[in-house]
Amino acid sequence: MANKNVNNSRRFFIKSSLLAGGGMMLSFPMLEACNFSPEQVATMPKEWFEINGYLKIADNGLVTIMSPNPEIGQNVKTSMPMLIAEELGCNWDDVSVEQAPLNSNKFFHQMAGGSTSISAAWTPLRKAGATARVMLTKAAATALEVEASELRVDKGTIYHDASGRSIGFGEVASAAAVLDVPEEVALKPVKDFSIIGTSRKNVDAKKIVTGESLFGIDYKEPGMLYAAIIHPPAFGLKIKSFDASRALAMPGITDVFQFENYREGQAKGAFDLKAHQTQIAVVGNSTWEVFQAKKLVDVSYEEAGDQVNELSFFGRTNTVKWPAGLESTRQHKEQMNAAEKGPKRTERKDGNPEAQFAAADQILERTYYAPYLAHNTLEPLNFFADVKEDSARFVGPIQLPEILEPALAARFDLPVEKVDIMMTRIGGGFGRKLYGHFMLEAGVISHTIGKPVKLVYTREDDMSAGAYRPSYQVTYRAAIKNNEVTAVHVIAGGLPESPLAANRFPAGAFDHYQADSWTIDSNITTGAFRAPRSNFMASAEQSFIDEMAEAIGKDPLDYRIALLERAKSNPVGERNDYDAERYAGVLRLVKEKANWETPKPGVHRGVAAYFCHASYVANVVDVVVENGTPKVDKVFAAIDCGVVINPDAATNLAEGGSVDGIGHAMYSELTFSDGAPNQTNFNQYRLIRHNEAPKEVEVHFVESDIDPTGMGEPPFPPVMGALANALYQATGKRLYKQPFMGSQA
Amino acid sequence: MAQYSLYVNGVQKTVDVDPSTPMLWVLRDHLDLVGTKFGCGIAQCGACTIHLNGTAVRSCQLPVSAVGNGEIVTIEGISENGDHPVQLAWIKEDVPQCGYCQAGQIMSATALLKQNPNPTDEEIEAAMAGNLCRCGTYIRIKKAVKEAASNL
Repeated sequence: MANKNVNNSRRFFIKSSLLAGGGMMLSFPMLEACNFSPEQVATMPKEWFEINGYLKIADNGLVTIMSPNPEIGQNVKTSMPMLIAEELGCNWDDVSVEQAPLNSNKFFHQMAGGSTSISAAWTPLRKAGATARVMLTKAAATALEVEASELRVDKGTIYHDASGRSIGFGEVASAAAVLDVPEEVALKPVKDFSIIGTSRKNVDAKKIVTGESLFGIDYKEPGMLYAAIIHPPAFGLKIKSFDASRALAMPGITDVFQFENYREGQAKGAFDLKAHQTQIAVVGNSTWEVFQAKKLVDVSYEEAGDQVNELSFFGRTNTVKWPAGLESTRQHKEQMNAAEKGPKRTERKDGNPEAQFAAADQILERTYYAPYLAHNTLEPLNFFADVKEDSARFVGPIQLPEILEPALAARFDLPVEKVDIMMTRIGGGFGRKLYGHFMLEAGVISHTIGKPVKLVYTREDDMSAGAYRPSYQVTYRAAIKNNEVTAVHVIAGGLPESPLAANRFPAGAFDHYQADSWTIDSNITTGAFRAPRSNFMASAEQSFIDEMAEAIGKDPLDYRIALLERAKSNPVGERNDYDAERYAGVLRLVKEKANWETPKPGVHRGVAAYFCHASYVANVVDVVVENGTPKVDKVFAAIDCGVVINPDAATNLAEGGSVDGIGHAMYSELTFSDGAPNQTNFNQYRLIRHNEAPKEVEVHFVESDIDPTGMGEPPFPPVMGALANALYQATGKRLYKQPFMGSQA
Repeated sequence: MAQYSLYVNGVQKTVDVDPSTPMLWVLRDHLDLVGTKFGCGIAQCGACTIHLNGTAVRSCQLPVSAVGNGEIVTIEGISENGDHPVQLAWIKEDVPQCGYCQAGQIMSATALLKQNPNPTDEEIEAAMAGNLCRCGTYIRIKKAVKEAASNL
């Protein structure tokens, strides 16, 4: 990972120039994958020229841009090509976008995780476009017999203003493709952008609304079989034996067998591990037949006992312990309450908090809890695999293809270059499709039967397969003396990780501050879920700050700004990892836009702000009470994520993040009995629905020319805190436990 | 297994499948119409919504044997060129994020507008409450339904 993550744009330019040096011309079949309009098809180009790995230009000036990263709904398939097109200087209407396959020689950072796609691509992708523009301009200078410095590029045409002549990209593409790639290119200043910062429609919109095959689950090939999987219904169980005779007697069923995710002795990775590594495959001629036959396999299970996994994780080795037993939510809550009082790891300590608590007039202490959550991507886990003795092909939804490729190569004893991964559009990621065990499984099934296969999880398989958002608990304590908060102490933990980020706000704003962590081992597997850890801490921290403000009689929004002003002017400690000015900036913006001091009659409001993935988001949530029931009416969001690439798409993400945050905080939970999740489909697991969504989300971005930062995850966490605070204003009741509308457990 | 003659998107199709097979899988696996999506298999998410005789139904709960001479329309069949007012409104409002649920949303919306060409917010919410969107695009969906209603 470390090697691939470095900015290796130099490498792709060399590689691409070699390709281009060979007179790279691409033939017609690739056009089938493009999304040109019928009018454009009528003037279909005869030749395409690859200028570099990211873009090809046709003899008629059409441009194909490769979008390198997996598209999970964060809109990178539109916004990443916008970065290239901006610097290329083409007409956006002439651009067709293709999803690139995994190719670590041509591309880098081909992943969807940590809200990093745009920030990592910001310079290299603009350079890819600028380099091509320079090459096209140079070729035009030769054709027009003028100096390149006398030329100007606008929307795919190169102008020589002095002579009034011009030449199109398409006319010089073939000459440009064989030029040397320039070492250094100048990038446009933000003020000159004409594509970045303007709203462009989703390049796949037409395909989505017409039902074209786009997603992994839609993929098929001639001769392909379908597979379903059986894993134990509970964590802490393993398969003891099974009888497949009834299933094999069903029509359309070809194979039922037990398999191992890993080869003997194969190293396991954090992103390929599944709780259950011995499973049963059911293979047949159609999805329905394998889903039906799966129910007829008689499986008996036994306790798995203690398990220890040595996992490679971004170059490090982590030991993950899964204790024996069949766990329950009730037991977890008891464990958490005990762990809070047990030994802890102090991750940060400023001043002398003990003395402040001893001298306090009043101690405010509140405990917040959140359950496990299942990602529930609407497209269930699935993958296509065709594994042969000398090569392997995979097609489907994966957020981390570059991490899975070596794992697959190891599993099938193939060199990495013999493993091909094609990323499809992903029907929801939220972190779940970082964990590509389902690629291993599809591969093993294909390898075993010697045929191409598509593995599809049922919703029940998907919701019981682990990699959940962990369950967390945090206690905040504040010492209050002379109507001021004099010390803050946070004690945070969870199963199996702590959500604490010790150097985030309010660290830096209090002279006396302590942050402690605890953890509990569990055999229920967890993973990254949209804005990991922040997706709980924002709600807890921002609820507590609201209570602190109330306890000392301050306006909750102004109190937050005052704390941030303190952290800016006279910060405590040197490791604070946020910019207090930008943090306060989003609060000021939301204060103004929401008209904070004068809400509409009948509206109860709450505020919150949070920093994660290098971006700052503040929310005001308006709650109204209808027939005695509180309902979210409107959400205001103020966001500082640096330069906004595609404003309407970013607004969509912020709207969705608000709905998602409100939904999970209000309704969602995954609880356990005897090791098994109590919710395995949407009749039991509640997700927010149309009638429960706010009527409006009003989104404002801080105008900025700072390099872009995260946008997919940051709008999700703070809205939960603003919601809790608004619900308190509406009902007089503080909420400490998610889901706020009550647990089924 | 049994042979069924089905009327799908205006075309007569024949399939040889088990009578219990839901239309969802007949469409996806046997007729190569993959726009209709699998989400839950128990009619709780709406991703598999199609029209049976003009009414929105969850195709995961519609066995092929129950279709008879019924007229099936899927997302692939609501317009010739992807220019149904609901599809155009979806593009105009740039509704999709991941896009997976949107075919089902559009099928529910088109059925609603056929019945009620000028629905209120509450009527839209009620008619669409069976369609989950995990990305949370509900606000844009509602806007797009209203936009489509104004262009019918």
